[in-house]
Amino acid sequence: MSEMNINDAVMTTRLDAVVNWGRKNSLWPLPFGTACCAIEFMSMMASRYDMSRFGAEAMRFSPRQSDMMLILGTITNKMAPVLRTIYAQMAEPKWVVSVGVCASSGGMYRTYATLQGVDRVIPVDVYVPGCPPRPESMIYGVMKLQEKIEKESLSMRKDHIARFYESLARQEAIQAEKGLTGQQTIRDMLMDAAERGAGTIF
Amino acid sequence: MIIEHIDAQLPGAITDRHAFRGDQTIVVPKASFLDLVDLLHREGFQLLVDITAVDWPERPESQDVGRFDVVYHWLNLASQERLRVKVAVADGEAMPTLTGRFKTADWFEREVFDLFGIRFEGHPNMKRLLTWDDFPGHALRKDFPLDGGDPFCMEGCTAPYNNGERA
Repeated sequence: MSEMNINDAVMTTRLDAVVNWGRKNSLWPLPFGTACCAIEFMSMMASRYDMSRFGAEAMRFSPRQSDMMLILGTITNKMAPVLRTIYAQMAEPKWVVSVGVCASSGGMYRTYATLQGVDRVIPVDVYVPGCPPRPESMIYGVMKLQEKIEKESLSMRKDHIARFYESLARQEAIQAEKGLTGQQTIRDMLMDAAERGAGTIF
Repeated sequence: MIIEHIDAQLPGAITDRHAFRGDQTIVVPKASFLDLVDLLHREGFQLLVDITAVDWPERPESQDVGRFDVVYHWLNLASQERLRVKVAVADGEAMPTLTGRFKTADWFEREVFDLFGIRFEGHPNMKRLLTWDDFPGHALRKDFPLDGGDPFCMEGCTAPYNNGERA
């Protein structure tokens, strides 16, 4: 039996690096499809563009079984509490890609009915511009997310998600105390945040 | 054809009328509206296609016309004749409900109530249809701000999340 050189068998690394390497190559997407971006998403997942090349082919329609939320379309103010609930239900650690201008900023719908960017109510990691973006753009967005995951720190991600949970608890408290609907609570929280000069409610 | 019939059956009920490319419109006062609906239903106008409203904030209240027009569209399934009926109501004034006769009126009237704030007397479930229950104001009134009075639509909104730090 030949003597084994320890340097051939052992590699030293940082925990963050090795965990994030695993995370970024096994993203499980949750399609939150509300408009035409969801149609582009279908072709992104299908054979021609093929997301499985990037390790994100295990699409799940349950938030419990997925960790990358793709917001594909216009989110109305009425949908905002639903979006927050679904984000809260996702498996940790979780990431959000806002696909298309509607999800990112309200897009052309600058009205009372449309949420002017989902980043006001849930944390967004990557924005993909376009109306709708081509599948290549969406794939580029996911690749950007992979780069981001590679570099991020585990504890920062945890704190980041914890901040969202705090805001959800605050929302539920206000809702119960004032007897409002979820939509009106979020609207009030947004108004309050704007007065404080903050961009978001979380 | 139906308009001549209305003239004969309910003389003086129609205060204004016009036709554009075969689309007939009549304006009736609220007082004779239910009689007109009875007549239309008897004459075969049994499909209530739509109820909507128009806001005329500049319309003078003094001329005995209200701020809103409630607009009804009927279709006669036998003759394929269509008729549009407009009724003027003032702000805060209620319209009689048509839910007893037309099932479709239920959601149409709730939609009009939701977006214009016109109530329908006798409606079994006069709640908002599209916006949430405690939505402030009525969205399709002309004096309602288009962006819903959202302070976030102003300039200077910053990106919220940047490498784990709040902007």
